[in-house]
Amino acid sequence: MTLSSFSHGSNNINFRLEAREVSKAFGRRIICRDIRVTVSSGESLAVVGPNGSGKSTFVKMLAGLIRPDSGTIQYRAGDQTFKPEEWHQHLSMVSPELALYEELTGYENLEFAGEVLGLGRGRSDLDELLDEIGLHGRGADFVAAYSSGMKQRLKFALAFLKEPQVLLLDEPTVTLDDDGVARVWSALAKRRLALVIATNDSNEAARAQRRIVMGVSSNA
Amino acid sequence: MRKAWAVLRKDVRAEYRTRYAVNALFLFALVTLTALSFATGGAALTPLLAAVFYWVILFFSVFASLAQTFVKESETKTEILLKLNAPDDAVFFGKWTFNLLLVILLNIVLTPLFIVMLNIQLSEWGVWISTLLLGGIGLVSTTTLLGALIAAANVRGALFSVLAFPVLLPLLVTAIRVSELCLGGSAEISRVDAYLVLGSYAAVSTTAAWLLFPFVWRD
Repeated sequence: MTLSSFSHGSNNINFRLEAREVSKAFGRRIICRDIRVTVSSGESLAVVGPNGSGKSTFVKMLAGLIRPDSGTIQYRAGDQTFKPEEWHQHLSMVSPELALYEELTGYENLEFAGEVLGLGRGRSDLDELLDEIGLHGRGADFVAAYSSGMKQRLKFALAFLKEPQVLLLDEPTVTLDDDGVARVWSALAKRRLALVIATNDSNEAARAQRRIVMGVSSNA
Repeated sequence: MRKAWAVLRKDVRAEYRTRYAVNALFLFALVTLTALSFATGGAALTPLLAAVFYWVILFFSVFASLAQTFVKESETKTEILLKLNAPDDAVFFGKWTFNLLLVILLNIVLTPLFIVMLNIQLSEWGVWISTLLLGGIGLVSTTTLLGALIAAANVRGALFSVLAFPVLLPLLVTAIRVSELCLGGSAEISRVDAYLVLGSYAAVSTTAAWLLFPFVWRD
């Protein structure tokens, strides 16, 4: 069975993220040491810790954007195992370090992502996503004209576009207003995701089923 | 191919709206050409010197702009969006084609200006165009890969020139020799040999860049 044989939105297969003995240091500064976590479909994990404790780095390692110095990060679908970079079709991320194309409109950003992913998403699908996240009627505006909160909403629309099995969130609601926060949590609740949330917000962290504290030796 | 087309279309659309790379490319070329025109004061240039001028303008214009296709993705933090959604092949060939279009466009503008402003007699248009095309492909393949490589570095401008110059030197020397023939010179190189060198360079650099790109892009 190949990765592509797992269709988008497959809810009958258990998807699982596994980090084993993951360690990372930048020079002499240790970011994390021997972290072990697993998150399966329908589960959520909060990654908490003070500023500079390595939460964002850890999330980027889970996304396959940074390689750990030691340990492994794997994704499992049924009994098959994949590396993060082989898993991108099923993984989305919302992070301050992921930006949108400001010179394109909201629609164009979503259409571009859909095209490079090979998804057939029409305007009505995109409108549905934008409506869900509270950007009704703003899809034709340039992203450069969006407020920071609107950009964050569009990042969520982009993340949901591929119907991911794993969603990695880094400070997901920091620029959102109350309506935005409510819409995001409502959208997340509707989807059966393996969810990882890196946050400084204790209320946000409390929504997750488990937590891992960065900056101290901890496993979840 | 459809995904590479999507990357290309996105870059063309963004470029049309911002003129990010085009401004750097064309302004550098035009300013350098104008400076050379004033410096020579209308004096007749030898074919070798004219060929050197053309390729130096082309090389440094390319140095100033083509790496930007990846540097911009890094600086505007859209690189992660690409990495998480687009296959490596699509990113490479989308960016490669975009850069090739820019170089072709630059040559279309630069050649007539070069002829007029430096009072050049150009013969053998077929050889001239095929040299620019083959040289352009080699140039684009090398700079696309190096652009992805330096996008992650802090000292980008200096690093790009240092890395690109030795790799592009054989291409530069050969292209100047063939161009000299088109400008009425008598370079000691046969057209067949020159095409073999330029064609081989284009094929090898494109294949190598395509194969190496995922390692540069992901690591």
